[in-house]
Amino acid sequence: MQDQATITLTINGLTYTRAVDARLLLSDFLRHELGLTGTHVGCEHGVCGACTILMDGRSARSCLTLAIQADGATIETVEGLGRMSDLGRVQQAFREHHGLQCGFCTPGFLMTITDMLRHHPLETDDAIREALSGNICRCTGYQHIVDAVRELARERGPLT
Amino acid sequence: MTAFDASVEMRPRLVGQRIKRTEDPRLLTGSGRYVDDMAPQGLLHVAVLRSDQPHARIRSIDVGEAFAVPGVVAIFDAGDIAGDFKPAIPTSRMKGYYATPFRPLAEGKVRYVGEPVVAVVAESRYAAEDALELISIDYEPLPVAVSKDDAAMDDAPLLHDEAGTNVIISRTFARGDVDAAIAAAAVVVKGRFRMTRKTPMPMETRSYLAEWDRRRQALTLHSSTNIPGIICDVLGSCLDLPGNRVRVVAPDVGGSFGGKGSLNHEEMLVCVLARKLERPVKFVADRMEDLTAMSQAFDETIEAELAVDADGRLLGLRADVIGDIGAYSIYPWTGALEPVQVVSFLPGPYRMEHYRGRVRGVLTPKPPTGPYRGVGRPSSTFAMERLMDMAARKLGMDPSEIRRRNLVTAEEFPYRTGSGIIWDRSAFQECLQGVCELVDYPALLRQRDAARAEGRWVGIGLASYAELTGIGSRIAVAPGMPINTGTETASIRIDATGAVTAAFGISSHGQGLETTLAQVVADELGCRMEDIEIQHGDSALVPMGTGTYASRSAVLGGGAATKTARVVKAKVLKAAAFLMDVPVDDLEAEGGIIRARSSNATMTFREVAHAVYAQMGRIPHEQREDLVGSESYDPYLGTACASTHLAMVEVDPATFAVTVKRFAVAEDCGRIINPLIVDGQVHGAVAQGIGAALLEEVVHDEGGQLLTASLADYLVPIASTMPEIEILHVEADLPNNIGGFRGMGEGGTIGAPAAIANAVSDALAPLGIEVDTLPVTPDRLFRLVQAARGSARL
Ligand code: FES
Ligand code: FES
Repeated sequence: MQDQATITLTINGLTYTRAVDARLLLSDFLRHELGLTGTHVGCEHGVCGACTILMDGRSARSCLTLAIQADGATIETVEGLGRMSDLGRVQQAFREHHGLQCGFCTPGFLMTITDMLRHHPLETDDAIREALSGNICRCTGYQHIVDAVRELARERGPLT
Repeated sequence: MTAFDASVEMRPRLVGQRIKRTEDPRLLTGSGRYVDDMAPQGLLHVAVLRSDQPHARIRSIDVGEAFAVPGVVAIFDAGDIAGDFKPAIPTSRMKGYYATPFRPLAEGKVRYVGEPVVAVVAESRYAAEDALELISIDYEPLPVAVSKDDAAMDDAPLLHDEAGTNVIISRTFARGDVDAAIAAAAVVVKGRFRMTRKTPMPMETRSYLAEWDRRRQALTLHSSTNIPGIICDVLGSCLDLPGNRVRVVAPDVGGSFGGKGSLNHEEMLVCVLARKLERPVKFVADRMEDLTAMSQAFDETIEAELAVDADGRLLGLRADVIGDIGAYSIYPWTGALEPVQVVSFLPGPYRMEHYRGRVRGVLTPKPPTGPYRGVGRPSSTFAMERLMDMAARKLGMDPSEIRRRNLVTAEEFPYRTGSGIIWDRSAFQECLQGVCELVDYPALLRQRDAARAEGRWVGIGLASYAELTGIGSRIAVAPGMPINTGTETASIRIDATGAVTAAFGISSHGQGLETTLAQVVADELGCRMEDIEIQHGDSALVPMGTGTYASRSAVLGGGAATKTARVVKAKVLKAAAFLMDVPVDDLEAEGGIIRARSSNATMTFREVAHAVYAQMGRIPHEQREDLVGSESYDPYLGTACASTHLAMVEVDPATFAVTVKRFAVAEDCGRIINPLIVDGQVHGAVAQGIGAALLEEVVHDEGGQLLTASLADYLVPIASTMPEIEILHVEADLPNNIGGFRGMGEGGTIGAPAAIANAVSDALAPLGIEVDTLPVTPDRLFRLVQAARGSARL
């Protein structure tokens, strides 16, 4: 009944080819078809940012993207940022500054921040808060997340 | 009650330190496991067709072509599952109360928009939702009284006919002669305060996965709940299963704030269906379903009058509270939880002789109200702290001074309030003083005055409050509720490898209890933190445990951990004494090593454990004990936790938006287990308090329809609208419980709304505006300012 399409995409360095329903959301594809459950879904209407992934290097909302739109794309998800025994730098900063509590919003924040650090100067707290304002966290009040990003931005230095 | 043994407590090594959380690596790498991450073989998905009527009889249900949708397995309405369960009854010993039965699907009639009516079970959620579209329900609309005031009228249409009234809760707390006190007072201030309805809005929506084990005829529910023990007990009785054949597991849970702290329709539903279909059944709410049908919060109108003498001393308080409890009395807390708490806590942390607080809880066609971080006290503190400022303004007294004069002092503890709450050993005065010093209050006042001189609307607001946390068996968490919320059990076991497993009935959902409880156990047992695994959130772990709510887990869990660790440590040392051939009191344990003081000889925990379990005959049977222990803890009364919040705000005269320029908190949370985690709890709770003050409001129209069904309509704080929060931890006398911990998970939501309301009122003091409704949105402020300017012109 549903239109199907075959897509090929690269996720965290691995290439997948799958037949999918045309209407399947990218978030559902990642979570339920591939078992990459690190990407979370908090609203399915594009507001909360929990589902944020990187698509061809820029942050995108996987709940507002169809899987077929990702055909040919390079996707990065939280699973690609580091491992429990070898956390990536953004993950480490979150841990040191206690930037997470329940952890549900966290993968989305980590992906957004990865993008922001690559592309935005983030020189002031206001700029950092602005950069984070597309992601909702209900637990932390954002302060420890801002602390983590401030440290990451300083460490990175000015964008060239 | 005896004081705890300070000699043992006074040399903690891990308690008090900023330890990085144990739970973080899994959550940071996407290796956490929330309910929706699980997909057992043969999994079926449920989608729910909900009522679009606030109050109506269900005439008929037509499933149309729904069964023809590929993947649809079954469709159920209430009639199809009628014999499969007994409803949950939220009983209470309160006089005049009616316990509304609670069911998976609406039976006969619907009572709020969003109530589940039909369940479609399918091979995928997509298919289940396709089928929903093809089902139609024929309703006969019934008359409704949507607002609580209308619903409380004698001739209002009844939501539950059996109750005979919509007013199912009615109580009065009184002391002294408040009418006389008010009649004789130098100054009387009064107001009609409204704290509108909120939704807890945890980021993870409600998620349930039930599995029926055909072999054992047993049920396992994976639930995003923070009360697995309570849910397990009630499911056992609703489904007629003994406790050893029901297990409720809360895996990683993405926040609750109270929204996952009651029984839900869909939680019962998946269990009924899994048993009926003998397949795993999952329900995951989408955001709209959570905004529509998760238990909601607050929603009271408080009419209150405060009498003060010419020196600003409080004489008496008279209050009439009406709480909108929604369509059902929630299980297990009942609809009394929220509104009754308001009148219990209304007198605040102040010395005041005369009090009368009357409260009514009214059924209305809306989702039930239930626990939400702070419970009752955000509303009570908002009303009382507004009255304090109004009185100060009438007297020409600074708001900090009127509070200083009335906060209970250290010499007066224990102090019983007019409603019967006993305050003891908490830093009421020190928190007020502390926050003023932290921000340099006089300088801040000058800053405000300078801004005011330029015509800017800048204001400062204070809010002092106290709460009971970690309460024991002396007081029920909800009035008259027959559930034991006063004890917690810990069970600790050392295995043959020397590894320590500590299991609890509490249920962490973001609070970092795996870390803090391991800190406590490591200190008490003398082992290494990395050798400990904390288990929680599973009804099968300990015989009795209710969960995590009401700021109780540090106090009760920490107390149970301490007691149990001491028992197990005694067994370890006894075995070591035999093995090392020294007296027990010559031994000490630290960092996993047991050392004899006299000889400096050592053994590791691992060596002792190995000898006890694996080396046959090494310790004679009469002297050999398994290295296990299980103890429960009851703090009896519980502890008080005090705080003062201070906010500085500016109102934009063009947009009427409120910016929080500074926010400071001084609080006394007893001995701190982990300052990093405590600060995080305060930040998060303050953010929710600021949300309640400025943004968050669940709106139902006159027809009972929800107008705030997306996160674009129900606004919560985001990073760019949150200020930096300054925190001061005030040390007072430690409370009288094991460990000296106080619970502090909720506090921020209690003080922040009041502090913001006072600050906005102060900012608009030149216009004589007193904020009486929260959230104080630009729209409300605009109308207040218009009205003030209009009356000024007249
Ligand atoms: S789930 Fe995609 S933005 Fe909320
Ligand atoms: S850590 Fe819970 S929502 Fe952000």
